[in-house]
Amino acid sequence: MLEHLELFFKSIFIDNMVFAVFLGMCSYLAVSKKVSTAVGLGAAVIFVLGVTVPLNWLLDKYLLQDGALVWLGPEYADYDLSFLSFILFIATIATMVQLVEIVVEKFSPSLYNSLGIFLPLIAVNCAILGGSLFMQTRDIPNIGLALNYGISSGIGWFLAILAIAAIREKIRYSNVPAPLRGLGITFIITGLMGIGFQSFGGMLTGDNEPPEETQSTTVETTKEEKEIKEEIEDNEKAISYNEAINK
Amino acid sequence: MALLSKKDANLIKDPLTDNNPITIQVLGICSALAITAELKASVVMAISVLFVMGVGNVVISLIRNIIPSKIRIIVQLVVVATLVIVVDQVLKAFAYDLSKTLSVFIGLIITNCIIMGRFEAFALGNGPRRAFLDGIGNALGYGVILVIVGFFRELLGSGTLFGIKVLGDPIAKTGLYSIGYENNGFMIIPPAALIVVGIIIWVQRSRNRALIEEA
Repeated sequence: MLEHLELFFKSIFIDNMVFAVFLGMCSYLAVSKKVSTAVGLGAAVIFVLGVTVPLNWLLDKYLLQDGALVWLGPEYADYDLSFLSFILFIATIATMVQLVEIVVEKFSPSLYNSLGIFLPLIAVNCAILGGSLFMQTRDIPNIGLALNYGISSGIGWFLAILAIAAIREKIRYSNVPAPLRGLGITFIITGLMGIGFQSFGGMLTGDNEPPEETQSTTVETTKEEKEIKEEIEDNEKAISYNEAINK
Repeated sequence: MALLSKKDANLIKDPLTDNNPITIQVLGICSALAITAELKASVVMAISVLFVMGVGNVVISLIRNIIPSKIRIIVQLVVVATLVIVVDQVLKAFAYDLSKTLSVFIGLIITNCIIMGRFEAFALGNGPRRAFLDGIGNALGYGVILVIVGFFRELLGSGTLFGIKVLGDPIAKTGLYSIGYENNGFMIIPPAALIVVGIIIWVQRSRNRALIEEA
């Protein structure tokens, strides 16, 4: 249960699809002019991610991984088909998107019209394929967590596009320098939002820190607690900074 | 450009300036930003995209008359995915460290909107020669932005270019660091890429005011 909760918050805030890894930027920039369309697309992304990540997890587990074909018989144990994963993942995704398109057209024609070209483009939304590829590289251990990962990444993307759409609706009344209007200012705002989201990085430090430290902080009074947290954050910054330099 | 007619030359020239895939067409931002913290990764990414776009555009253009339009997206995806698998395997074989740095972002070339965008907009309606030039042009336009962003992020963020310490050694305090210069750690974190691209757009549109969007 705890690992589910951790993965859930981690995928929404810390590894946010848009702000941490820049996935799905094309539709994020193009469809974020109005909140209502943004909500529609965001919901579609949550759904498609929630379906494709577990499906691709199954494919990865029983078809692609090194030795995954062993269920066919012991003579298949040496096969490693992982180089085929791109093509299989994208085929799954394209099929699912087609399905979603048919369903949305049937049940909500108004949403279908407002999403326009962007519904088929979900197939080439990097967030969807990225979800599956990250699921593969991070070795998500079981299908429940894969489902969780898909849905929570989708929610993270949804929150991001909702936030930027709301800001862009407001910014129409502001006096932005002419060359920055539209795309330029959206980029910079996204950057600033990304910096904001970086602060969630300290939320789940989990296994990096020794347990005694966290216990001692809970005992201290609130004021000291803040100071210690700041110290820890500073340390982390220094560490990541050093790492960056070393690279 | 004696080899190319003026029309053909424009296919390569336009994406580099006034019709840039990233800053004007807003395509291919997805995989572009995350890997630009180092110049080397940016260059490799640009070359990979150049290969996939050049070859992909020709292939799609050659088979454009036999693809049923209903399933064209899947056909395009299969073509791109195949080319990307080739790039990925080559990188894994010859530059393993780099392919670890780029991790899933090589795979994400498949869903790079530039590629699908140019297939749809150009390769499906033009002959292989022009499609090839268009692919090369757009990939170069994409690569230019990638390299500019990578250059500034690596120079300001780590004080290096291609891993060579061009501004002196920050620990031994040589070069610029001896007079109190500090690396800007802000440029390393992912959101800095967005801000750098935002500034590039700002500069480009101030120089060519015809590109300014209506409010």
